[in-house]
Amino acid sequence: MEAVHDHDHHQPAGLMRYVTTTNHKDIGSMYLWFSFVMFLMGGVMALVIRAELFQPGLQVVQPEFFNQMTTLHGLIMVFGAIMPAFVGFANWQIPMMIGAPDMAFPRMNNWSFWLLPPAGILLAGSLLAPGGAGGVGWTLYAPLTVQQGMGMDMMIFSIHILGMSSIMGSINIVTTILNLRAPGMTMMKMPLFVWTWLITAYLLIAAMPVLAGAVTMTLTDRHFGTHFFNAAGGGDPVMYQHIFWFFGHPEVYIIAIPAFGVISEVIPTFSRKPLFGYASMVYATASIAILSFLVWAHHMYTVGMPVEAQLYYMFATMLIAVPTGVKVFNWIATMWKGSMSFETPMLFAQGFLFLFTIGGFTGLVLALTPVDIQLHDGYYVVAHFHYVMVAGALFAAFAGVYYWLPKWIGRMYDERLGKIHFWLSIIFFNVTFFVQHFLGLAGMPRRIPDYALQFADWNMVSSIGAFGFGFSQIFFLYILLKAIKSGEKAPEKPWDGATTLEWTHLPTPAPYHSFETPPNLKD
Amino acid sequence: MASDTSKLENRQTLKKLVFIAILMFGFGYALVPLYKKICEVTGVYSLTKPDEVVNTQVDESRSIVLEFDANSRNETGWEIIPLENRKTVHPGELVQVTFKLTNPTATTFEAQAIPSYGPKEAGQYVKKLECFCFTQQKINANETRDFPVVLVIDPELPKDVTTVTLSYTMFEIEVKSTTENRQASLRERQS
Repeated sequence: MEAVHDHDHHQPAGLMRYVTTTNHKDIGSMYLWFSFVMFLMGGVMALVIRAELFQPGLQVVQPEFFNQMTTLHGLIMVFGAIMPAFVGFANWQIPMMIGAPDMAFPRMNNWSFWLLPPAGILLAGSLLAPGGAGGVGWTLYAPLTVQQGMGMDMMIFSIHILGMSSIMGSINIVTTILNLRAPGMTMMKMPLFVWTWLITAYLLIAAMPVLAGAVTMTLTDRHFGTHFFNAAGGGDPVMYQHIFWFFGHPEVYIIAIPAFGVISEVIPTFSRKPLFGYASMVYATASIAILSFLVWAHHMYTVGMPVEAQLYYMFATMLIAVPTGVKVFNWIATMWKGSMSFETPMLFAQGFLFLFTIGGFTGLVLALTPVDIQLHDGYYVVAHFHYVMVAGALFAAFAGVYYWLPKWIGRMYDERLGKIHFWLSIIFFNVTFFVQHFLGLAGMPRRIPDYALQFADWNMVSSIGAFGFGFSQIFFLYILLKAIKSGEKAPEKPWDGATTLEWTHLPTPAPYHSFETPPNLKD
Repeated sequence: MASDTSKLENRQTLKKLVFIAILMFGFGYALVPLYKKICEVTGVYSLTKPDEVVNTQVDESRSIVLEFDANSRNETGWEIIPLENRKTVHPGELVQVTFKLTNPTATTFEAQAIPSYGPKEAGQYVKKLECFCFTQQKINANETRDFPVVLVIDPELPKDVTTVTLSYTMFEIEVKSTTENRQASLRERQS
């Protein structure tokens, strides 16, 4: 506790405190709240989709609006909810976990956050543009993007801004981790959450600019007479898919790897054992990151690639199952003979482990070229990526919030309500998405507002699950607000198995300025 | 807070990482010529080159129905049609078919035809010896012109394929708005 000092806070009060703040904890909180707002917004859009799909035929919305909903739901959840949520965790946790006073570039950190609200407004505001938002799917495939109204331009600018924010945030994270570690905190002693973020930040710096390039090409094709993707002018729409997925595949690991980091903190704490195979976890994460740049065309088996290319992408994709398997087995080995307890963070980690593995397996199924050609652009794919995005990334984020909330606000959440939230989430999640595997195998295409009658029953089940899942997240908001307002005061160390610096070297709640003098960790 | 030396270190790390980000933005654009090159090398992109015919043995034991189709993608209002809609041929036999282009407007334009095939896999067995799709075509105002296409169906065509569709889409090339850049890339495609 020696690293804590009283400090005069020379800062404006009220709203201006948050506009001008350079404190990593304030910025972390803003990231997390922003992502939660976007999460609810994207969730409402998902419910519009599921309401329309409750029955065959068109009841609720027109097809054009339906397409805009699928597009915005995807973009908002990926770029507005999941990614900022994990950047929020990074802001709060990385300095505290490596014994640094703050992020390396506090002012840039402020900018990284404050770029997000305008980007979010542009993205959501594109719905109000003449002709509405782009109804092109979150992958923004050309040449459809060239034919959209001005809503498309707003989305493109929004992606530019989001990309800048991510790149600046990532540069900050890498510099913090490389340069600001406390004496004695060697690279191979860093908590795994910090390692996963270091790797993710590199992925972001390498992948986001490629997306920026792809949407810039779309923009110049739309307005400045270039023909990157226009066949009439010598361009090639398939090339867009190559460029997009060169970004897009690392992107799915950008979302998944910080989730692995959170899980790698939660499981050892509640098993009261150190993480099994720490070094192999680091190497596995790095291998996943490198492989993610080499497998992008498995998203496009149906574009007419030569068989040799299909074989390469198939085998390279299946290779990723090896380091991912290393991670899953390490988590299981960590729990083996551990003294386990099942508080809410651990429950979400278990849910993650179980459902993410299912999502990984369906990913392997989709990696097989001949199978994928059958299932391409169908509900099996939708089920697969929701297992890894929702049950993977989102459940890990829930685990992280419940795990670190006492440290952040100094109050406990209601354990009973937390457990109810977990069970509601996991049951409704499976009701929503497990049945979509059946729909996909039966041949239901994705991104359609109406469907053939034989798909009716499972769609109805899925829609009921989706509304249940949505309302469970309102319940989560209630749990959060209750904890902040009237939660029990948290003990100094609510989790007896926790071993990282924020629990061992800082009081609860964490002071506004922590580790101004770095802790000495040399033995 | 951070000391001066660590500030300097941070700045150096910042510079390196910004450099990587800019490099990757450039790499996104570098994928464009790279993609074209890879397609060229692997032969995916050879739509505008005459095919070489090696096997001229006519396989009279079976007949293939060849269907012809043509569409135009333009804003000026000219159209293109095949003079015959279908033809029954033997694999290995020399086939000639004519496409007729009518330009009822008072504008001159340049166009490029892009072939496509149904079923897709049959494309590699349609060997075109002469085709108006090999070059850009300049069509004068009020002109009507016949384009002959000479082709051979490769006898290697899988036995289960009995009908092959050859369809052309004629794209207008916007000469007025062309940048040097694009002309160069078009020239590259023709060569």
